[in-house]
Amino acid sequence: MAALQVEKLNRTFGALPVTRDVDLTLERGARCALIGPNGAGKTTLVNLITGVLKPHSGRVLLNGEDITASSQADRARRGLARTFQINQLFRGLTVLENLCMTVGERDGHCNNLWRSSGSKREVIDEAIGYLDSLRLTDDALKLVRELPYGRQRLVEIAIALAQKPRVLLLDEPAAGVPSSESHLILDVVAALDPDIAVLIIEHDMDVVFRFAKEITVLVQGAVFTQGTPAEIMSNEMVRAVYLGQEGHRGGHHG
Amino acid sequence: MAASDTIGGTPRQRATDYLLRRHRFRMAEALPWLIAIAVFFIFPTRMTFGSQVLVMVMFALSLDLILGYAGIVTLGHAAFFGVGAYTVGLAAARLDWTEPISGLFAAAIAAGLVGFVTGWFLLRYRGLTLLMLTLATAILLQETGNLRSDISGGYDGLPGLTFKPLLGVFDYDLYGHTNYLYALTVLAIIFFFVRRIVYSPFGQALTGIRENVRRMHAIGSPVHRRLVTVYTIAAAIAGVAGALFTQTNAYVTLTVFDFDNSAKVMVMLILGGTGRLYGAFVGAAVYMVLEDYFSKLSPTFWQFGIGLMLVLAVLFAPRGILGLFERIGDYLAERKRS
Repeated sequence: MAALQVEKLNRTFGALPVTRDVDLTLERGARCALIGPNGAGKTTLVNLITGVLKPHSGRVLLNGEDITASSQADRARRGLARTFQINQLFRGLTVLENLCMTVGERDGHCNNLWRSSGSKREVIDEAIGYLDSLRLTDDALKLVRELPYGRQRLVEIAIALAQKPRVLLLDEPAAGVPSSESHLILDVVAALDPDIAVLIIEHDMDVVFRFAKEITVLVQGAVFTQGTPAEIMSNEMVRAVYLGQEGHRGGHHG
Repeated sequence: MAASDTIGGTPRQRATDYLLRRHRFRMAEALPWLIAIAVFFIFPTRMTFGSQVLVMVMFALSLDLILGYAGIVTLGHAAFFGVGAYTVGLAAARLDWTEPISGLFAAAIAAGLVGFVTGWFLLRYRGLTLLMLTLATAILLQETGNLRSDISGGYDGLPGLTFKPLLGVFDYDLYGHTNYLYALTVLAIIFFFVRRIVYSPFGQALTGIRENVRRMHAIGSPVHRRLVTVYTIAAAIAGVAGALFTQTNAYVTLTVFDFDNSAKVMVMLILGGTGRLYGAFVGAAVYMVLEDYFSKLSPTFWQFGIGLMLVLAVLFAPRGILGLFERIGDYLAERKRS
């Protein structure tokens, strides 16, 4: 059974179709990339999958269950996590609190109004575990807004991991990070748990061809083609519509 | 830094200790209560005014839960204060139910119910829409009271209410000593509850909603349910404050629903500092004492003094009086280090 299955998804904004008959399947442990020119509807597709937007037709299945009508929060609790293209963090709270909150909401601790949030040692330990794995422990007690943007990007990923997702959607994880630091984030992405199905949106073709085993090319809201990195790289039409000048950069990785 | 270094060696231990200890009572937290008790002995003739300050502290504290912690801006919080005030007022005037403590519970339930029902519908909205809708709620309740002035007493109110002695023992004296201690006790109990909530995982989730609601949805938080829950609790507490208002003043009029009342409690809270628990204490006390002082100084122009104070607060203490103290504290610590 596929971890995530998208069937004939359609969405328009007014008269403009932004998602057209999109089919997409992520098997358990998949490493997929979603590429396409600006305005191809990549982020819209992520928003449709996660429930930020509702599709006008089509279905989204998570582990075989139809979640098309489910709320965003419900999908998250069922194991669908995402990172945002632009950081969405609790900026006025410490890094550790960002993680404890995620663990707390995941396990339903946050329904408790009476005991103190510090009284569950295992929540704190687990939260610090995620910080350890991303080498963020030294910053645990800093406010998120005090961190440089690259470190904040790591917190974004740490939160997604703390959700213990089965499907993880990464919307340009290295966006806005200086290239000198982006390898830190991409190393983390490369080392993700092999059981998690990952869909990554990324503009850097080096990253896409190194990371993904399958690539979906989205053009004007529709799936233009799907295939292995080798197939995509050798596809003349993909080169024409998208890769263009960047095509040669991925070449030596192929 | 030196102090926190001694707590534990590794950053990991320090981080854990911070969360494990955060909710513990600190010595400084005894200060407002010691002051409140001292006031009882120093100003024995001002206890009626003192009770009013305590009522406003409680009202501001309830607003802090939703404004300071959950980040919901409302201009209709007087609705719940009014429902509580009228619950005990009508019960005493029309049903001859004058037992004060059961009156508080009735007020909490009535205001909590109104909070739950209106919150269920209104908390889908945010920002200006929510502002207008909460404002409208308070006006609708006020006008309902006005429409049935045969029951509510209209803008003339329900004067001359009498209540049974507290616990059947303590009668009310001319100087309001009983009322002051009564209000202080109720405030202490309510504060204990609010403090537990704020430091609970639920309270953490509220700050999450305030900081980034999109992220809360993305990590699977049932945001609407959380907001309705805290709104109901805050409404119930505001209702208790309103009930105490009626009981300690022995009258109530429809002006409790005034926009003025909603705005004033927000100004008090912001003046003291939002999201800090004790901001309600500082803000309500400073505002009311200055209001009292200015109105004696100049019965015609006293509002000028209040206005000036607010301008100064916005300029020099944008995060409230407690925020200002915090900044001064940080500055001194910084200087000591260097």
